[in-house]
Amino acid sequence: MDIFLQLLVSGFAVGGVYALIAMGFVLIYKATSIINFATGEFMMIGAFIFYTIVVSLGVSPIPAFLGVMAAAALLGFLVERLILRHMLGQPTISIVMVTIGLSSILMGAAEMIWGAGFRSFPAIFPRAPIIIGDIVLRSNIFYGFILSSVAVIVFALLFKYAKVGVAMRATATDQTASFSMGINVKSIFTLSWALGAIAASLGGIIIGNIGGVHPTLGHIGLKIFPVVILGGLDSIRGAVLGGFIVGILENLAGGYLDPYFHGGVKDVAPFVVLVLILLFKPYGLFGKKEIERL
Amino acid sequence: MEMLTVSDLCLSFGGLQVLSDVSFNVEQGELFAIIGPNGAGKTSILNSISGFYHPNKGGVHLEGKEITHLSPDRRAAMGLGRTFQNIALYRGMSVLDNIKLGAHVHLRTGLLSSLIYWGKPHREEMELRREIEEEVIDFLEIEPIRKLPVGSLAYGLQKRVELARALAMRPKILLMDEPVAGMNAEETEDMARFILDIKEERNMTIVLIEHDMKVIMDISDRVLVLNFGQTLAEGKPEDVQRHPEVVKAYLGEKKAQDGHLSTTVG
Repeated sequence: MDIFLQLLVSGFAVGGVYALIAMGFVLIYKATSIINFATGEFMMIGAFIFYTIVVSLGVSPIPAFLGVMAAAALLGFLVERLILRHMLGQPTISIVMVTIGLSSILMGAAEMIWGAGFRSFPAIFPRAPIIIGDIVLRSNIFYGFILSSVAVIVFALLFKYAKVGVAMRATATDQTASFSMGINVKSIFTLSWALGAIAASLGGIIIGNIGGVHPTLGHIGLKIFPVVILGGLDSIRGAVLGGFIVGILENLAGGYLDPYFHGGVKDVAPFVVLVLILLFKPYGLFGKKEIERL
Repeated sequence: MEMLTVSDLCLSFGGLQVLSDVSFNVEQGELFAIIGPNGAGKTSILNSISGFYHPNKGGVHLEGKEITHLSPDRRAAMGLGRTFQNIALYRGMSVLDNIKLGAHVHLRTGLLSSLIYWGKPHREEMELRREIEEEVIDFLEIEPIRKLPVGSLAYGLQKRVELARALAMRPKILLMDEPVAGMNAEETEDMARFILDIKEERNMTIVLIEHDMKVIMDISDRVLVLNFGQTLAEGKPEDVQRHPEVVKAYLGEKKAQDGHLSTTVG
């Protein structure tokens, strides 16, 4: 039972980080209908920039966080303006190929700038593990969870109540109508990319802080697909719930099943459950169904 | 005063000439109708006025200010309200949320200040809510359906919600694309009455496209007749109705000799 609780709680904590990265994906998908395969690389770049600011420039973590947010916003802005703006109205498959290409470019760029090696973060949180009853949590995971939760809540509130959030939701629903409501649809696109990149890069810092940073860190981004597809691609609530489900599943599968196989169950389990859920709920748990009225 | 001026508008898509040298003025407080057979270019005119199409030549002025090259959202913010032929509502949202989005452009709250909901944003929202309740929802008699998702409403009601949303924008001019298309007699009558009320009680300038001749003849001040992207006639409804070119375009050569256009032609 202790083992179960331990796995459950640490899965939950990791799930919070997944939820944040998934939010980076959903914010972009919801407003622009673009599936951003470079979400993982946004994450990786964010982690590297944080590393550079803290280690090479010697800045303390909190201003470094703000610096990464600014840099990520700029990255999202540039990607939208220079690349995806020109893809407006092109077939989905072309746009998907562009984001896959973008992910390779970002990975290559990271290798050129920071090298292919593995770097670990300096301690930014207190080192002492967190003990809740019989459960022990690594401090990096615990504080990472707290940080992700705050970020997720801020993003969700913004999306639900702020004027721009409402404009983003409106744009996601109907672009023509939004234009004629006086909403600047194109700057909403840009803003979504900037916010999406910020969310992903914050997730990157937290993940990098747990396991170190290297140019292929973005591959963790692949785990975001079970998360967002599970929740329904365009649902914020779904992204959060999907994040927790994947985090917990992964940990339980890893803890109970890995000893019987040669390892690796941890990474496969979320995808198995993903397929099972999609068989019964093709739009994910909270996805938007396209309903045709007759 | 001239609210809207359209001058020498030309629009083509590839080799297809959609509009050729169309010009007209709409006075403040006037109800101006555009009619014409299918494919005559009526919706293209509205799209050029609201900025979705970019004319090859010619200009559009709102209250004397040139808006020809502005984006649709800028024009909307300047006071161009619009309803669409194929209803463009936010389908997943409730009637009330749709209408509130119409007033969106008037909220002045920025990205950061709205994080703190209390204070100014809260007051703004309350003020907005009151105005929408009284001047839009009660006025258009959609009180009972305000909490329902628009996707679940009957077609005629959806059109009314779209009008409500346009009104919540407090527009200077309202562009309506076929407001009574596909409605039954009762719904048509209601809608015609609302349009007249909006014009008379709020002194609203309205540009209207419609196929329902009876509605056009009953409520409009002036009518522009288009055919193949060109102006066929312009004038008071009763004059346009007897205009030989109009009769010919609507009824064909032979019947035209028998007499003037009947109001029952749709």
